[in-house]
Amino acid sequence: MLIKTPKNCDLKENHVTPENVYLNRREVLKGMGFLGAGALLASASAKVNANWFTKDEPSKFKTTALTFTPDANSEQLILTPESKVTTHNNFYEFGAQKHQPAELSQQFKVNPWQLSISGECAKPMTLDYDDLTKMFTLEERIYRLRCVEAWSMVVPWIGFTLADLLKKVLPNSSAKYVVFETLHDPEQMPGQADRRLGGGISYPYVEGLRIDEAMNPLTLMSVGLYGKTLPPQNGAPIRLVVPWKYGFKSIKSIVSIKLVSEQPKTTWQQLAPNEYGFYANVNPKHDHPRWSQASERHISTGGLFARNRIDTLAFNGYGEQVAHLYKNMDLHKIF
Amino acid sequence: MMKKITTKSKVSLLKSIIHLAALLPLLNIYFLAFTDQLGADPVQRIIHFTGIGALNILLFTLAVTPIAKQFKLGYLLQTRRLLGLYSFVYAFVHITNFLAFDLQFAWSLFFSEIVERPYITIGMLAFILLTALAITSHNTLRAKMGKSWQQLHNAIYLIGVLVVIHFYWSVKSELSSPIIYAVITLSLLLFRYKKIKALILSMFSNKTV
Repeated sequence: MLIKTPKNCDLKENHVTPENVYLNRREVLKGMGFLGAGALLASASAKVNANWFTKDEPSKFKTTALTFTPDANSEQLILTPESKVTTHNNFYEFGAQKHQPAELSQQFKVNPWQLSISGECAKPMTLDYDDLTKMFTLEERIYRLRCVEAWSMVVPWIGFTLADLLKKVLPNSSAKYVVFETLHDPEQMPGQADRRLGGGISYPYVEGLRIDEAMNPLTLMSVGLYGKTLPPQNGAPIRLVVPWKYGFKSIKSIVSIKLVSEQPKTTWQQLAPNEYGFYANVNPKHDHPRWSQASERHISTGGLFARNRIDTLAFNGYGEQVAHLYKNMDLHKIF
Repeated sequence: MMKKITTKSKVSLLKSIIHLAALLPLLNIYFLAFTDQLGADPVQRIIHFTGIGALNILLFTLAVTPIAKQFKLGYLLQTRRLLGLYSFVYAFVHITNFLAFDLQFAWSLFFSEIVERPYITIGMLAFILLTALAITSHNTLRAKMGKSWQQLHNAIYLIGVLVVIHFYWSVKSELSSPIIYAVITLSLLLFRYKKIKALILSMFSNKTV
């Protein structure tokens, strides 16, 4: 047994400022100012005082631990810290600035949830919230994520392959493409209610894949990251991850997956077809009309001085697994 | 005598406020960026902050003359140069951030981006003009340059237009902010409608001569 003699300088539990007081320290100080201002403000200060220990910071979304097969990480990728993965998000439904989704999504309700898989298939079905994490054996996939804005991360996703899901509904021979749709709920998603906050794109967000892309073993339906269920800003409760394509293809908070015969019109492609294609494969040789795609800033540890500009890889480094899907296509014309 | 002193002290008070209002936010954001408290991508945040900051100060600069005329506050004109210089400082820091922290001194990429991306080309053009104004802002140079000084400094109107276009072209989809800025800039230019019209006309007549 370990016997520990506390030193004088050791802090004990009761010395620790309660977190809500610490977080509200400015309010506490303001409240003290009110106290000094005298009797006129007595009632106001009483209110402030009463709130010191009860006023919560907007409560954070609760994630839960998942059981999964870990990724061996054979490429020895260095993970982007979790705090950055969960605070730097493009999810316009919760605001078009990178820090907004983490701030504006914490009250998002993911349970109950319904994900319907329908269209050109023999056995359409609908998954409930519990099905998302229980219907399939979950595995971890450590993938590079390359945003079309020329920054990148490495994220340990948890999920199952889209192929496993699609096999369950038995696609028929007319199923040539897969269309995905994000939840449309302006009451919960402020970006859908306010055009300015939502970045001026049309909702619901729509993405699509060709059926062979969808069936590729790299294509993941993710329900978690860093060992836990997804937080809302990363696309809770279920999202797509297509690591060889620009990030906007990896649609978040999906409610509908539909097998169709025609190539769908996807959100960014409709908004600016000369800038964002349907395929949107990571391609260092095909620049965005307004910026170079030859290199990227890799977001990892470190602040302003991180020397993190790296070359962008064709198909984001997954060419071996996916290049054959595009072998007869001119990737400059069809991007 | 009394009045002269008060005007003088009004100007120096205004200038002190401008110094603080321009420098404190800049120091604050660099402190946050250096200590990694500026979110996951401090580089993007600091580039946007300094870019918008430069445009904001430029619009303040352009607002001085109409306000001074409207409210008969002639002494306000003495703050224009300082405001213009801070707009230049923000623009300079904006571009330095792009080169140092975003491109990380990949000079060839820096130059090819300036040439190949219209929104960067136009932003750089605005910056070069603004640099010329900043360099010639000193009184001794102004005296030496005589009439041509005013001609050069009329470029501020062109700079305003170029910067708004640069902003408009740089955003991915959210157009309302650039449009609001465009409307403000145009209305500030409308106050100089006659002057700008005369400038444009003289440019054409110079060509025919």
